[in-house]
Amino acid sequence: MQKALAISGLEKTYKGGFQALKGIDLIVEKGDFFALLGPNGAGKSTTIGVITSLVNKTAGTVKVFGYDIATDLEKAKSFLGLVPQEFNFNQFEPLMNILVNQAGYYGVERKVAVQRAEKYLKQLELWDKRHDAARMLSGGMKRRLMIARALMHEPQILILDEPTAGVDIEVRRAMWDFLRELNKQGITIILTTHYLEEAEMLCRNIAIINHGVIVENTDMKSLLAQLDIESFVFDLVPTHKPVQLNDVISRQIDDHTLEVDLTKKQSLNQVFAQLSAQQIEVLSMRNKSNRLEALFVGLINRPTLSKEQTEEVTNNE
Amino acid sequence: MNNGIALKSILNKEIQRFMRIWIQTLVPPAITISLYFIIFGSLIGSRIGEMGGFDYMSFIVPGLIMMSVITNSYSNVASSFFSAKWQRNVEEMLVAPVPNWVIVAGYVGGGMARGILVGLIVTLVALFFVDIHIHNIWVVIATVSLTSAVFALGGLINAIFAGSFDDISIIPTFILTPLTYLGGVFYSISLLPEFWQGVSKVNPIVYMVNAFRYGFLGVSDVSITTAFVVIGVFITILFTVAMTLISKGIGLRS
Repeated sequence: MQKALAISGLEKTYKGGFQALKGIDLIVEKGDFFALLGPNGAGKSTTIGVITSLVNKTAGTVKVFGYDIATDLEKAKSFLGLVPQEFNFNQFEPLMNILVNQAGYYGVERKVAVQRAEKYLKQLELWDKRHDAARMLSGGMKRRLMIARALMHEPQILILDEPTAGVDIEVRRAMWDFLRELNKQGITIILTTHYLEEAEMLCRNIAIINHGVIVENTDMKSLLAQLDIESFVFDLVPTHKPVQLNDVISRQIDDHTLEVDLTKKQSLNQVFAQLSAQQIEVLSMRNKSNRLEALFVGLINRPTLSKEQTEEVTNNE
Repeated sequence: MNNGIALKSILNKEIQRFMRIWIQTLVPPAITISLYFIIFGSLIGSRIGEMGGFDYMSFIVPGLIMMSVITNSYSNVASSFFSAKWQRNVEEMLVAPVPNWVIVAGYVGGGMARGILVGLIVTLVALFFVDIHIHNIWVVIATVSLTSAVFALGGLINAIFAGSFDDISIIPTFILTPLTYLGGVFYSISLLPEFWQGVSKVNPIVYMVNAFRYGFLGVSDVSITTAFVVIGVFITILFTVAMTLISKGIGLRS
């Protein structure tokens, strides 16, 4: 599989001495839908900044489809489309101008650019606003405008830095469908997000970054397989009897809510059987919380090793 | 990558910007210059008599046009580029495969476009007050184009270093305006004592105003060749500085 992005030993130390990246290695295959997760200040945006040349790296290499950003920057840039975290368009410029000019920066002829702008504005439901100044848009519309802008030169890799931050659920789900469709068309997508559900719903591979170090880099299925315990919430017909379940961990929250933790080897049938035996009726059942969240919290709270320390441990082994 | 399309896009964006806010960008120079013509030309000028062999109004017209060109070329790029930094839409260009020289040329071209357009408007206003004769059209075109390029480059460098909107008004207020007023717009430097004539010749605007005046009236306090050499040297130095700053990402990349 062709490497869309290959990062090796990437380090970034800002002027004040803060080391945002401490030797990151990362590979994203062509056609992947890749999530870069991490808490605030973990180094996600710095990583994206370096890839897109908005941040100067201190050390390491970044290659985009084999083109090193240190030696073939313009070629590497031509593959990338960026949807940044902060709104970064001219608030006073009409949408159509923003899109057509952006395409022009990539050498796209005006006639083609106008056609593409129409296509993406319609797909992202912004066509009616095409002559409006960007500042007149709602938050969700501004995010969609930035997605349209990033697609104007038809990039091979689309990088989205927290694209659904502050966007309502309906718009978020519409954006997910749009991104899935783009990925199906062959565009490699790299996404940073705070919403773990978003990563779980969309991405095939994932890297978790914390304190400038990659603490986990695997495929989503393997990551989720690491979860041994899953929690369920049962909504019961109100009962005054204390619920007692054998061989499973359970917590009765109130007279109509029961939480149950099950390992992978335990079946839900035994829970239902025991509840039936106690003549307790279950009205509905759901997962307690995002499963990835528990894993994520566990991973970022794990003591992290710098690259040198990791190498030292590996060599000692 | 077609750099021509990228350059045209930056130019389009810049021209669209100042045309969109024409009341702020194109009307004020016309009003200001009209006041100069009324006060210095008609009211005071009529009492001054001749200057450099021409009536005072005819003498100051080229200088006033050049003053508008200088101010507008500078402020267009300074405010547009700083605004792009402030709103972060400069990143639209930085993430794209646009060579640095195209960014510089695009912004400078935008500044030149506004400077020259304002120059034309001011010239039209001047026609209400005085008959304009052109001695050498090519000198006029070359001087106005090159001078606007010098000050557009200056505005770009100012915007690169600027950290706030105040920073883009400091140089126009404390450097550009005094140099322009002392640059022979309102008087011939031959009227000055010899020492101050020498001091004036350190002021680059003297060369630009006089070359421009030569294009209109055929008279100049300095040699035209020297004037073009001075302008050429300034363009070379300022372009090199602007390219170096953008290549290093000063004020643009962390």
